[in-house]
Amino acid sequence: MKIVVCIKQVPDTAEVKLDPKTNTLIRDGVPSIINHDDKAGLETALRIREEKGGTVTVVCMGPPQADVALREALAMGADEAYLLSAREFGGSDTYATATIIAAALKKIGFDLVITGRQAIDGDTAQVGPQIAEQLGVPQVTYAESVKVDGDSVIVKRQFEDRAHVLRVKLPCLITALTELAEPRYMNVGGIVDAYAKQVKIIDFESLRNSLNPDWIGIKGSPTNVVQSFTKQAKAAGTVMKDLTADQAVAAIMDKLIARHLI
Amino acid sequence: MNKDIFVIVEQRAGHIQKVSYELIGEATKLAADLGEKVVAVLLGSNIASQAQALINYGAAKVLVVDNPVLEHYTTEPYAKAIYYIIKKFSPNIVLYGASSIGRDVAPRVAGRVHTGLTADCTGLAIDPETKLLMMTRPAFGGNIMATIVCRNYRPQMATVRPGVMAMPVKTISNKGEIINVDAGLSMADMNVEIMEVVESEQKVVDITEAKILVSGGRGVGGAEGYEPLRELAEELGGEVSSSRIGVDSGWIEKSRQVGQTGKTVRPNLYIACGISGAIQHLAGMEDSEFIIAINKDETCPMMKLADLGIVGDLKKIVPKLTKAIDVYRAAQKEL
Amino acid sequence: MDFKLDKVHQLQQQLFRTFAETEIKPLAKDMDETEKYDLNLLKKLQKYGFLGIPYAKEYGGCGSDTLAYTLCMEEVSKIDASTGITISVHTSLACSCLNNFGTEEQKQKFLRPLVDGSKIGCFGLTEPGAGSDVQGAQTVAVEDGDDYVITGSKIFTTNSGFADTIILFALTDRTVPAAKGLTAFIVDRNMPGVEVGDNIQRMGIRAASNCIVSYDNVRVPKSRILGQLNKGFKIAMGALDCGRIGIAAQSVGIAQGALNEAIKYAKERKQFGKKIVAFQNTQFNIADLQTKIDAARLMTWRATIAEDNHERFSPLAAMAKLFASDVANQVTRYAVQMMGGYGYCREYPVERMMRDAKITEIYEGTSEVMKIVIAGSMKLK
Repeated sequence: MKIVVCIKQVPDTAEVKLDPKTNTLIRDGVPSIINHDDKAGLETALRIREEKGGTVTVVCMGPPQADVALREALAMGADEAYLLSAREFGGSDTYATATIIAAALKKIGFDLVITGRQAIDGDTAQVGPQIAEQLGVPQVTYAESVKVDGDSVIVKRQFEDRAHVLRVKLPCLITALTELAEPRYMNVGGIVDAYAKQVKIIDFESLRNSLNPDWIGIKGSPTNVVQSFTKQAKAAGTVMKDLTADQAVAAIMDKLIARHLI
Repeated sequence: MNKDIFVIVEQRAGHIQKVSYELIGEATKLAADLGEKVVAVLLGSNIASQAQALINYGAAKVLVVDNPVLEHYTTEPYAKAIYYIIKKFSPNIVLYGASSIGRDVAPRVAGRVHTGLTADCTGLAIDPETKLLMMTRPAFGGNIMATIVCRNYRPQMATVRPGVMAMPVKTISNKGEIINVDAGLSMADMNVEIMEVVESEQKVVDITEAKILVSGGRGVGGAEGYEPLRELAEELGGEVSSSRIGVDSGWIEKSRQVGQTGKTVRPNLYIACGISGAIQHLAGMEDSEFIIAINKDETCPMMKLADLGIVGDLKKIVPKLTKAIDVYRAAQKEL
Repeated sequence: MDFKLDKVHQLQQQLFRTFAETEIKPLAKDMDETEKYDLNLLKKLQKYGFLGIPYAKEYGGCGSDTLAYTLCMEEVSKIDASTGITISVHTSLACSCLNNFGTEEQKQKFLRPLVDGSKIGCFGLTEPGAGSDVQGAQTVAVEDGDDYVITGSKIFTTNSGFADTIILFALTDRTVPAAKGLTAFIVDRNMPGVEVGDNIQRMGIRAASNCIVSYDNVRVPKSRILGQLNKGFKIAMGALDCGRIGIAAQSVGIAQGALNEAIKYAKERKQFGKKIVAFQNTQFNIADLQTKIDAARLMTWRATIAEDNHERFSPLAAMAKLFASDVANQVTRYAVQMMGGYGYCREYPVERMMRDAKITEIYEGTSEVMKIVIAGSMKLK
């Protein structure tokens, strides 16, 4: 069984801070990590391989620096790695990104595709389903558990208030939640092996026959960012005293309702 | 020519979700700016009776796709139905709730239609010059906001976070068109098999994942002092946490400790009850979205940090607050 | 000469750092207080290859190098020096003897399970009456047919509480000085006559297993002699040279870990109207100590690279250990002082780090012995 896992290298947004003087993001020195949801997907793929055999291929679309994310995936135990990187891919929104990745996946071949539900920088959760649409395969998002059963996968799909246990025939695409699997660490020797392997680069030329240049990059992105700004810095709060308990409750309720917390 | 604002209504087990009404309310404002209409799209099985509710909240028209294959949500039948509607009716804008369903079907539809989709919007507006939909959303883990447009493709689509847009006014005398649409669906459209529907059981939440925390400190006074906090937390759908003193004194378990030697939390709401705010505690929660402090001491550091500081007795205020929320919720359910 | 780490070592360092922060940090305090090493943690170390770093893949090791091992030692010791010594004794003392002096058969049989994460090794050299004076050893091995029968006792054997394999040094020729009559044996902890005592109560690295092991007529086949008969002293000394690099790295880790904690505290603690890190006195002290830590680190790396290049590294290792162990003690003492009353509380890690630091000037060759080694290499007489 050939499992292909799509991963994204993202800045660790938990470490991103605002510069209080300029009110802009401090991106320098923020470590890059494999997106949490994607890593859980990779761990799931590795466990499926341990149980049922097959191969685990990792694919990452990104700039050359994303190489280290692929090495990490190899050091965790993936069999092979592809980096989708080209000038022509830059500036792609989720639609254009999915177009490129789908074209690469068709070339690489797959039985099961696993992506993360969403990346912690973009937070859109769109790329997985858009890849599935372009590949013409069924999708199951918000996967809480995954099991391979013959020519199908059995996936527990999480909703807000319930879950569906679904059987889906391969080939299909699953988007993973972080809670799907606790990822393993890299192996010390695995890191040595990872750098002995070759990360295969897929650029625009290698996909020329299957990619319409009008549908990738900035040109191919249906959506564009017109403005980005930081949220307001935290304003000083209000202190209320000499209130009765009922008055205090009313003041709190006002805030809770206004902020849609209840 | 693409016209009108379509709201894809989310229903679960036949109940229309609140976010759909919020979207109709928001769509009404946008439609006014555009001189266009709001159309609700209702998908489900034996669902047609729910259509009037959508008109009551402001939809001018409801398109109903009623088919047994839509009884439980699965991607393909819903995507097919929405795609059919978009192709047939050519809306200008399509809005979805950014729920686990919305975030599953909207991108699939965007891919099929080949148009732009903006996720998790917290703000929508019509640009007065270009008449484009301006979609504002958080990125970078919420550290930054971005405004996005879809210039050359139609419809312009967005998913919107529940609880962000205001609920519109309900007017039961509203009139509107209800149209049944045959989207050509059949059971064969389902490409997954639902083996089981599992109702939710309560899972133990890690306090770092809780969106609301009711936290107790020295002022709580003892293990039993956390009980009213627990009730408030349950009412709010949140979790109880504690400063170090509660843990050290054996009043509550260590896993609930917030602070430098405990856990760091960033919930949407942090209610600090009887916590003075030693620096080691603040370090663990100062990035919370909204902080309410209840404390007898008006000069304590937590009061200075809080967005809303109440000088008072938590033992009196907390139980009353729980009751007030309960009453409010019951009133809301009557909708 | 490039002092930057290459990509492989960078990624390894990231692994060691993440693992230490996530897996070891939550356990460090309790392990110290209960004086017990967490065996689940040990299994994780084994699983991810932390116990076979510089050994070849053909024996089941990671196929990496001493530099990777040194990076590991520093990163784990920043968080927990007891984990550091557990890894170090296993890797630098037990495994290195087998790797450098074992026959092919011995390596496949005894080295493999140690480096592939199945078993733990330890090193029985020091005796109640023979510490710095190794030659005062009294454990004897008497020939008896195809076996040797070993009697005696060793003290301060790290890892002995849970180890499987012991590299044991005993006198096979009592007519000559120990340097000429010591032999190395590969002993299984579960052999009849091997008895491991309780964990010795110590000032620091309390979580590490460290016991008296007594040998009461332990019968060991001749096939388990490591290297040649009566040539064990050289093996022991060679192992200690490797071990000293490990201890130097451990010292650097303890020092850097303590300084990091102190800096974190200084950035938040306010006295006299400002954060204490704003006082120049604090900044100068931090600068001074970071300089020393950097020097210690580079000395350790220099010895490491010499070992990886198969150059003579014994005096380099001694210098690194001598210097780094002193720095570790200086820095931890300052960290407690700077954190004041809180630094003295067991809630914060620096008091443990200060207690842990002391041993680095003592074991695997005291600082005094390091000076003997260094002076001896300088042709002073």
